[in-house]
Amino acid sequence: MSFINYSSREINCKIVYYGPGLCGKTTNLQYVYKKTNPDQKGKLISLATETERTLFFDFLPLALGDIKGFKVRFHLYTVPGQVFYAASRKLILKGVDGVVFVADSQIERMEANMESLDDLKINLAEQGYELEKLPYTIQFNKRDLPNVAPVENMNKLLNPRNVPCFDGCAVTGIGVFETLKNVAKQVLIELKKHY
Amino acid sequence: MSGSDLIMYEEEFKKIDEELQKLYLQTNAKVVFLVDKNGQLIASAGETQDIDTTSLASLTAGNIAATGGIARLLGEKEFSILFHEGEKDNIHISLIGQRVILVVIFDKRSSLGLVRLRVKKSSEALVGIFGDITSKSEKEKVEGRLDESPFAEISDEDIDNLFR
Repeated sequence: MSFINYSSREINCKIVYYGPGLCGKTTNLQYVYKKTNPDQKGKLISLATETERTLFFDFLPLALGDIKGFKVRFHLYTVPGQVFYAASRKLILKGVDGVVFVADSQIERMEANMESLDDLKINLAEQGYELEKLPYTIQFNKRDLPNVAPVENMNKLLNPRNVPCFDGCAVTGIGVFETLKNVAKQVLIELKKHY
Repeated sequence: MSGSDLIMYEEEFKKIDEELQKLYLQTNAKVVFLVDKNGQLIASAGETQDIDTTSLASLTAGNIAATGGIARLLGEKEFSILFHEGEKDNIHISLIGQRVILVVIFDKRSSLGLVRLRVKKSSEALVGIFGDITSKSEKEKVEGRLDESPFAEISDEDIDNLFR
């Protein structure tokens, strides 16, 4: 649910990073934070446990610039990936405009990826959304690790609709901005359709 | 996502702003602000310059969402008021018309009783204003607002420019 303010001439949109535990959602946000000009970003808020596992969400507000005199702002959120935080995860999807699914490329995490994707669809449905109708981008993260599954296999498993998909290594930043740009663009195109 | 987008027009924004200013003065609060349930800041009044209102808005919405989750687990519809007491500052959070969150931050210059009373009055006014906003945007959706829409003529180039 985007928020369009004709009075202050602002558009605010919400993008949620989803994926299994330890797939690199928070790392994506941290990289975006690190590489963005100070005047374009707010604070990166992380509600995490002492061991830096996301407990509730991470939040990063980004101001990208202007379109037709309207300030365009994106609010980036991550969900807690661990299975037992299901109840909190659901809440973050409220009012989402675009979804990034961060998949862990390691072979042993394929099942966790698929579980998380199913969980995403179920939780979206509970909020009255369909993944098929939302701006949606996939990132195959951790491509730098030795034990990764081939991209074709991951595509078959996780991306049957062939939505935009990027290889990533969030720690070094590979694919991070490509992913974000792609989903942000889809969100704006969606806005254009409706208004 | 089209169904529930929040669109704020100049006229209603002014009314909301006035209502918040009034509440700010009447409660003797430090800051008053209004957030939508998804964490977007709508408007604020008071000493906001030292406060990161964007983060505050997102965390408040998270707070309300978590409390709503607890409510449902317990078979309650919602807990419409949250109150956090600090050493110096206190924060009063209330859910208005299922849609927006009104936050009042106050210190010892005010009191919980006063805040509760005034928030109740303001809530009624705000519910009315948001009702107007909803009917207005529905009407415009039916009739079309193409001439004024900032999005109708967005080009791919505009979008690409954002990322340069």
